[in-house]
Amino acid sequence: MASLVQAVRLALHYGETNLGVTDIFGEDVGPPLGGVFTATQGLKKAWNTPLDERGIVGAAMGIAYAGGKPVFEIQFCDYGFNIIDLLKLAGNQRWASGGSYDMPVVMMTPSGSGIRGSLYHSHSFESWATRLTGWKIVMPSDALDAYGLMLSAIADPNPVMVLLPKALLRVKGERRIPGEPEDDEQLSRMIDAPVGDRSQWEPQWPDLEEYFVPIGQARLVREGQAGTVISYGRTLPLCSQAADELYESEGLTFDVIDLRSIFPYDWLAIKESVLKTGRVLIVNEDTEITNFGEHLLRRIVEELFYDLLAKPRLLQGKHIPGIGLNQVYEQNTVPQLAGVRAAMLELATERV
Amino acid sequence: MTTPREDSEEDYSIRGIQTAKFLDYPELHSKDESLSAGMCLKIYKTMARVRALEQRTIKMSKSGEGYFWVGGPGEEAFNVCLGLQVHKGRGPAFDYLHLHYRSAGVMMAMGMPMADHFRQMAMKLTDRHSKGRNFVGHYAIPEWNVVPVSSVIEVQYTMAPGTAIVQKRHGGEGVSVVTGGDAGTAEGDFTSCMIWSTRPNQALPVLMIVTNNGFGISTAANTQHGESSIAARGNAFGIPGEVVDGNDVIACWWAIYRAFDYCRTTRRPYILEAKVSRLHGHSSSSGASRVSTEADCITLLEEKLIANKILNRETAEMIHQQASDEADTAVDQVMQEADPTADDVNRYTFAPSRWDVIYPDDYTGLPS
Repeated sequence: MASLVQAVRLALHYGETNLGVTDIFGEDVGPPLGGVFTATQGLKKAWNTPLDERGIVGAAMGIAYAGGKPVFEIQFCDYGFNIIDLLKLAGNQRWASGGSYDMPVVMMTPSGSGIRGSLYHSHSFESWATRLTGWKIVMPSDALDAYGLMLSAIADPNPVMVLLPKALLRVKGERRIPGEPEDDEQLSRMIDAPVGDRSQWEPQWPDLEEYFVPIGQARLVREGQAGTVISYGRTLPLCSQAADELYESEGLTFDVIDLRSIFPYDWLAIKESVLKTGRVLIVNEDTEITNFGEHLLRRIVEELFYDLLAKPRLLQGKHIPGIGLNQVYEQNTVPQLAGVRAAMLELATERV
Repeated sequence: MTTPREDSEEDYSIRGIQTAKFLDYPELHSKDESLSAGMCLKIYKTMARVRALEQRTIKMSKSGEGYFWVGGPGEEAFNVCLGLQVHKGRGPAFDYLHLHYRSAGVMMAMGMPMADHFRQMAMKLTDRHSKGRNFVGHYAIPEWNVVPVSSVIEVQYTMAPGTAIVQKRHGGEGVSVVTGGDAGTAEGDFTSCMIWSTRPNQALPVLMIVTNNGFGISTAANTQHGESSIAARGNAFGIPGEVVDGNDVIACWWAIYRAFDYCRTTRRPYILEAKVSRLHGHSSSSGASRVSTEADCITLLEEKLIANKILNRETAEMIHQQASDEADTAVDQVMQEADPTADDVNRYTFAPSRWDVIYPDDYTGLPS
C-alpha cells in the first residue's frame, strides 16, 4: 500500500493531469528535492520558490486571480505564522468582493508532532486555521483519505487547506488507492526518486482513478457503544488502537470518528454518535487554550447537554511555548497512546 | 513602441463648449516633454471629476451618508494618466491592477461611473465592488482585471507576481500593475515583489508603482526612511525605475508611458515612484481636512491651460461645477438604492462546490 505522502504525490499527479492544476510550488518543492517529505517528486507542474512564505501565498492568489489552479506548500505549518494576514485575505476575497472573485487555491502543510521536530517543526495548526473564515480545512489520517481529500481540495473552487500529519506521512495505508499497484515495492520503483543523481529520472505513474472524499464528511473507523471518540490526524490511529485494546481488555466498544474535514465538520455524524453513546471524548494535539476541540465541546454541551451521561472531555496538548526536543518533553506535552486509552476508559466508566 | 491613443474630436469636447479653438494649440510643454492640448483637457476634465468625487465622498463621511473615508485627493494627475494608459479587459492578455485605496483617479480614467464609487461609500447592496461590505475605494471589477483592494497596506505586492506569471505564460503585452503608498514599502512584501519579479530567467512584467505622498498616516517619511528614493531600491535587482513629479501631468504621462512600454516589451519589472501631494490628510482618521500647504495638481494644470489660452477661468469653473453636479446627482441616486439585509450576511462566502457535502452552494451558518 502507498504511504500517506506517496498518496499526496499520486493525488497531485492526478490533479495536474486531470483536474487542471497549473502550479505546484513552494520551498524545495521542485527538482531536485521534490519536497522535504517527497510529496512533490516527479511532478510536471512542481517548481521551487524563494524561501518566502508571504511571496508563496501572494503568488498563489495572483495565479488564482488570473485563472490558474495553484497548489502551494508551506514547508512546515510552523512557518505559517508570518502569512496569517494573507491567509485571511485569501479566505475573504470572495465574500469581500460580493462574489466577484473566487479563490481556488490549495495550501498543503505538514502539521503536528511526532518527528522529533522541536519548537518549530511540531506545531499544530488546525485551531489557528479554523479561525480563517472562508477556508475549508481537511486533515487525513491515512493514505486513501489523503488521496481523496487532496482531489476534493483541488476540485473545490474555494481555498482549501490540507493539513498533513507529519508523524503519519510515511505510514502505509491499509486501504488501496484506486489504480495503485498491488505491490508496495513496485509502487516505490515507479514513483520514488532514486537517491543521488536524479537528473535523468522520470516517474512511471500508475493508471490512477478518480476518488473524492467529500469535504465535510467524517469516517466512522470503529463502531461501539461505550463512548464516542472524535479525532483526526496523528491522534486518530492512537484512538483506534486504544479502542481495540480496551475491547480486548475490558470488552468496551467505542465509536471512533475520524473527522477528516475540520471545517466544515460533520456535525451530523458527531450528533448521531453522541446521542447513541451519551459520552464523548475529543482528542487532538493542539494546545489547550482556545483549542478547536473546545468549539466542538461547546456545541455538544449547548445542543446535546440533556443527552449526555458523563461530562464531555477534551484531551489535547499542553499550553506551553513549544515541544521540547528531548522525547521526555514531547511525550509529556501531546497525547500518547497510554493517555488516550486512560481517557477513553475513564469516559466509558464514569458513573454519575 | 506603441504610441499613445490619438485624441478623437470627442476628447476635445467639454459639454457643448466650442472645441475647434483648442486645435490651434496642439501641444502643452513641461521641460522637454509635451502632450497634446486635447489630451491635457481630457485629463484635466477627468481630474476635476475625480476631485469632485473625493470631495463629495468626504462630505458623505461627515454627513452620515457613509462612515469612514479614505482616498487620494492630490494624486489625480498621476492616477488619471495611469488609468488612461491601462490595457483594460479581462484575462491575462490585459493588464491586471493590484491597486490600493487611493486609486479613484485610475478607475474613473478607466471609465468607472461615479455611482459605482458612491455605492460603496453608501454601503449599498448595489455596490459592485463589495455589496456594501468594504470601505470606499476598495474596488473589485473582474471585467477589468481589478482585483479586490485590501485595507492591509502592501500585501498586493506579493500578489502581482502571481498574475504576472500567468501573463508571461500566456504571451502578449499584459502587465501586472501594483500600486501602493510610500509607507507601505517599509514592509517585506515590497521586497518580495522585487525578488519574485527578477528570478533568473523568470523575470516578470510587473509595474511596481509607489505614489509617495511623504506620509504614513501622520508620520512623515523623512523621519523614518533613509533611502535615497524608493525607486532606487530596484538597483540591486536590476529593476530600472524613475521618480516623477506627480503634480506634473505631462511628466506623469510620459513616465507612465515609458514604464508600461518597458514592461510590455521586455517582460521585466519596472519601478515608478510618483511624488504626489496629500490634500486632505490620510483619511477620516485625520479629519480629512483640506491641507493648504501642498501643491494642487489640478490648479497647476488649470493655470497652464489658462496661460496657454486653452482654457479660461469661466470655463474652468463650469467644468468644476459640472463635476460637482454630477457627483451630487450620483449620490442622490445611490442613496435611494437598497441596503443589504440580514439575509445577505452569509452570502458569497463559498463558491458552489459539489465536493462539499455541508456547503454545496454557499455558507449557511455552522454545519448542521
